[in-house]
Amino acid sequence: MQRFKEKSVRYFFMVCGLLSIVILFGIFYLLLNSSFPAISKVGIKAFFAEGYWNPTAFSGPQYSIWNLIKGTFMVGAGSLIIAVPLGVACAAYLAEIASTREREIFKPIIEILAGIPSVVLGFFGLVVVAPLLSRLFNIPTGINALNGSILVGIMALPTVITIAEDAISSVPQNYKHASLALGATRWQTLRKVILPAALSGIIAASMLGMGRAIGETMTVLMATGNALANPSSFLDSVRTLSANIAIEMGEVPMGSVHFHSLFFVGLVLFLITFVINLIADLIFQHYREGA
Amino acid sequence: MLTKEENHHRRNVSEKFAFLSLRLSLFLVMFILGVILYDITAKGIGVLSWDFITKMPKTGMTEGGIFPAIVGTLYVTVLAALLAVPLGVASAIFLNEYATQGKITRLIRISLRNLAGVPSIVFGLFGVALFVQIMGFRASLLAAGLTLGLLTLPVTVTAAEEALKTVPKSFREGGLALGATKWQMIRTLVLPPAFPGMLTGVILGLARAAGETAPILFTGAAFFLPFLPNSPFSQFMALPYHLFIMATQHHNISAVRPIAYGTAFVLLAMVFLLNLGAIILRYRYRKRFQR
Repeated sequence: MQRFKEKSVRYFFMVCGLLSIVILFGIFYLLLNSSFPAISKVGIKAFFAEGYWNPTAFSGPQYSIWNLIKGTFMVGAGSLIIAVPLGVACAAYLAEIASTREREIFKPIIEILAGIPSVVLGFFGLVVVAPLLSRLFNIPTGINALNGSILVGIMALPTVITIAEDAISSVPQNYKHASLALGATRWQTLRKVILPAALSGIIAASMLGMGRAIGETMTVLMATGNALANPSSFLDSVRTLSANIAIEMGEVPMGSVHFHSLFFVGLVLFLITFVINLIADLIFQHYREGA
Repeated sequence: MLTKEENHHRRNVSEKFAFLSLRLSLFLVMFILGVILYDITAKGIGVLSWDFITKMPKTGMTEGGIFPAIVGTLYVTVLAALLAVPLGVASAIFLNEYATQGKITRLIRISLRNLAGVPSIVFGLFGVALFVQIMGFRASLLAAGLTLGLLTLPVTVTAAEEALKTVPKSFREGGLALGATKWQMIRTLVLPPAFPGMLTGVILGLARAAGETAPILFTGAAFFLPFLPNSPFSQFMALPYHLFIMATQHHNISAVRPIAYGTAFVLLAMVFLLNLGAIILRYRYRKRFQR
């Protein structure tokens, strides 16, 4: 009896443990399954052809996600340009220069930044950043790709800081001591020895930040303007894959081609972030085994 | 050719300058966080009153309070916790106590890390496909709560595992040596000391769930409801969604701006208090087993 109980407890925990694999595959399967009607009606080619997203056009609806992908990567890249240098600088400071006391103060504060709901950040972008940008660049509205990049950059900061700091502090102390013993200053050591040694971790941190930025919905939905046109600069309004789903899913009739094509957009988004996260993961494994 | 002293001096100056700029980057991040918190607080706190948090919205949501949104967010968060906490703790117990470290645990960990990177809007689509359509819950508290529960699962598992790892090995060995079965040992010797750590993780997960908007957009959140949800199958209002509507979708956006600020402030305060609770809890229990 006792043994039976022990065994069933063990199996119970195992099933729970395996569930995360099931969920991940379940997400992929359901997205694929739900986008299949759209794929067969519209065709993969038409989705990725250059053109416009206009599924509700009365004559000849178009399903090209070209501009959406462009908008997504614009905001993703723009946010990285903001988050990576700033995040790595903060991480280097926290890991190598800050006193223990400073670290104990700043790290929880960074967690608070990570805890701000994306919809609140989007609201902040709408009411504070947008007017600022509109005055700065002398444009009618500041709701554009730049605004989205700034906000999503702020959002990605805690991820980049935390993981980059981890990478920097896990550089073996010997490297540092050897460099200092050879007469290098602390700054030279940081720049020429520690940061290069932590590079793969920093890249992984940037990839994870990128993954977060590309998947982010509410902030970009509120701050980028969501225009469907082909964007030519960061001062243009853009629509991302995520925002496109958020805008249209609520109003589309269930079961229509449009409905299923939104699942296809979700599938593309899922695959992009999946690949980015997987690369980050591989880099991590690599440097953990290397260290 | 520089003399030795000149060279030394130059190195010192450049080091000071570099460290200063690293420190300034950290201050810049703190400044950004400060501006966000200040803006929302300064303009939101004035709106706050007893009526604001306990009354229904009135006259097309241009007046009145946000009571149903607060209640909806509490309900949906609790539902998410009911799914994520038992499942997360059980997964963590499997990973840390039962599984031998090998291919399966590696696969589970990779799945968890990737699950953590799945965009929240994709979770929303998954919720629509699985809970709303296949399981037939329609757009409801239940569908939204389960979707949010799955979203927070990786956070809960990771936190629960961290907590289990802080329990010294000697506890387990002592229990087994006294003749306890594995499950008896885990239940009586491992789980109780790991409890505060797990609680911390749960609170952090809930804080995240409470602030999420994208997953509940089409799984149950409603624009406006004149009554409170009375069953798990009712639709509900939620704070983050309410903020989104007040900021972008309302027919008279400038008139409801104060309400939007008030909502943002209440949401931020809620998330902030949850985070603060978790940080304090962790700080108090962190040093328990360190000697």
